[in-house]
Amino acid sequence: MSEQLNVPTMEELMAQGKQPDILFWVGSAGSYDDRAKKITRAFVKILNKANVNFAVLGTEETCTGDVAKRAGNEFLFQMQAMMNIEVLNAYEVKRIVTCDPHSFNCLKNEYPSLGGNYDVLHHTQFIKELIESKKLEIKDGVFNGKRITFHDPCYLGRANSEYDAPRDVLATLNANLLEMKRSKSTALCCGAGGAQMFKDAEKGDKEINELRTEDALKTNPEIIATACPYCMTMMSDGVKVKEKESEITVLDIAELIAQSQGL
Amino acid sequence: MTYLPNIVFAIILFCGIGYFAKNVKKLFRNINLGQDVDVSDNKPERWKNMARIALGQSKMVRRPVSGFLHVVVYVGFVIINIEVLEIIIDGLFGTHRIGLSVLPTSVYGFLIGTFEVLACLVFVSVIVFWIRRNVIKIQRFWKSEMTSWPKSDGNIILYFEMVLMSLFLIMNATDLHFQGLNSGNVISQYIAPMFSGLPETTLHFIERSAWWIHIVGILIFLNYLYFSKHLHILLAFPNTFYGKLTPKGQFNNLESVTNEVKLMMDPNADPFAAPAEGDVDEVPAKFGASDVQDLSWVSLLNAYTCTECGRCTSECPANLTGKKLSPRKIMMDTRDRLEEVGKNIDANNGEFKDDGKQLLGDYITNEEIWACTSCNACVEACPVSIDPLSIIIEMRRYLVMEQSAAPTELNNMMTNIENNGAPWPYNQMDRLNWKDEK
Repeated sequence: MSEQLNVPTMEELMAQGKQPDILFWVGSAGSYDDRAKKITRAFVKILNKANVNFAVLGTEETCTGDVAKRAGNEFLFQMQAMMNIEVLNAYEVKRIVTCDPHSFNCLKNEYPSLGGNYDVLHHTQFIKELIESKKLEIKDGVFNGKRITFHDPCYLGRANSEYDAPRDVLATLNANLLEMKRSKSTALCCGAGGAQMFKDAEKGDKEINELRTEDALKTNPEIIATACPYCMTMMSDGVKVKEKESEITVLDIAELIAQSQGL
Repeated sequence: MTYLPNIVFAIILFCGIGYFAKNVKKLFRNINLGQDVDVSDNKPERWKNMARIALGQSKMVRRPVSGFLHVVVYVGFVIINIEVLEIIIDGLFGTHRIGLSVLPTSVYGFLIGTFEVLACLVFVSVIVFWIRRNVIKIQRFWKSEMTSWPKSDGNIILYFEMVLMSLFLIMNATDLHFQGLNSGNVISQYIAPMFSGLPETTLHFIERSAWWIHIVGILIFLNYLYFSKHLHILLAFPNTFYGKLTPKGQFNNLESVTNEVKLMMDPNADPFAAPAEGDVDEVPAKFGASDVQDLSWVSLLNAYTCTECGRCTSECPANLTGKKLSPRKIMMDTRDRLEEVGKNIDANNGEFKDDGKQLLGDYITNEEIWACTSCNACVEACPVSIDPLSIIIEMRRYLVMEQSAAPTELNNMMTNIENNGAPWPYNQMDRLNWKDEK
């Protein structure tokens, strides 16, 4: 399984005089977080399999500044944004895909007024596009009839009203999709947003991710699907706290699709 | 002497409307204490939102029980108020049921009959509301911010509505002439027997009393609005009109910051250059908000619009897990502080005199501000497009950029971004390592 991934950088392509169709924005979590890196690799396997002409910024990528903005540090956010926009515009990037709904929201909605105008997609939207254009054919089998419940990331769902793409992609797996009572626009946050990922929670009587995991457990799932590296951390921790890790796996939609392809 | 009731009526009406107008002026003044924002864009979409969300109650019915009951009270309230027109004309000109002399009896009967049915439905709905609040004790009405005045306010409004609806029906039931027509007394014909056997003069006295108390009650209720959470019946309309149109996840980019960042990143900029001529008077911008005047006027309109239903708080992940944050409290605090600032201005000849207090710290604590996950559940839940999140973010901006008062862990995170372009302390050069790891 440790096959070599084909991950060209913008710099390499530029040296060859080539321009990719799409830039894969990996994001800080996708680059450094051990669990999120697996999502990144799974998504690249899908891109490779579908022969997508993409590139990453590699070491030229830096934090979008999203989390600084949510924490109230508008200076740091705009510094990061302007540095990134300079790089992205220099490479004449037109289209961006990312596995992180926070980067997605930030690049799509908050970069334009600072001079960064791109067509930004979340990876579930891009995978859906690959499936619909037949660049990726989903072989059912692996997840046939499996009980899967999807946790909506706030910054994909409520923040950007995208509830369908992840569900449409999951629907191709021929699995048994279960909705939590709180889902789509009323989905409960995993607890990591708004910079909470990087600090301890304020005093309360419960952790938010535990409450959300309880929501998920009520559907009696075999798999909890997510589409965000932060949700991945929170839901995985939640499943551990509930001592259910032997029965329930938490997987990103990219991983589910990659596994269904035997990738 | 015969004109005395007309004159008394005119005076009461004038005072009732006059005092309300005075408070509306104050309301405008207070809302305008907020920062200017440009909301002149996308008029068609704004009208559509107002029609759909405020007029059409589209978000109310997401919770079917309270939504349905609310629609009944709302429709009843709007339609029954047509009757007030007749009452005002009768009161001013000394006529009795002027509608009967300008409309065919059947049409008049149909109108009054409709009002009676609605009055009855409103009465029942309001009773259910009262039971939900006081007997079933639905959790969102019993949170820590819902004690003392907010709690009484909620009940007083319900009592007002019960009394007004009853008076309307009693007024009809004791009107012998109206009952004699036997047209439109759909509900009141069943109330009339309760008064049977009373002498005609007594009946007339009850009818007149109900009529007077009803109209005076309406005027009192109108004037109660300004002091109550019930202002939403008016402000829901402008509030949904001026509601956020951009994706919920999009936070505004502070322009004052953009200018400074551009200057910092411009290699040709001379940091020691004297400010250009025009810039001299410019007040140095305060980043974020610590008091109501720093918030946008739309946020202040939001605060006056909030009717404290608590749908936001009941969906807030922080509140659900026992944290102090309650989006509803953020809105209530903002309104309370704004009222305090308004009174301060009134007491000091139109000029705000520093009272050593501010919204952040004296009303809203840092603990509440930092508990937010920015998940937008509160914004989504609000039936009238209130945005508590924008206030929270403005306060975080103030805490971080003006006070450097972020929690230590967040300071570490931000230092990491500054130093190595990631919220974690990893080397920028290792960004692509995932490629070769298994």
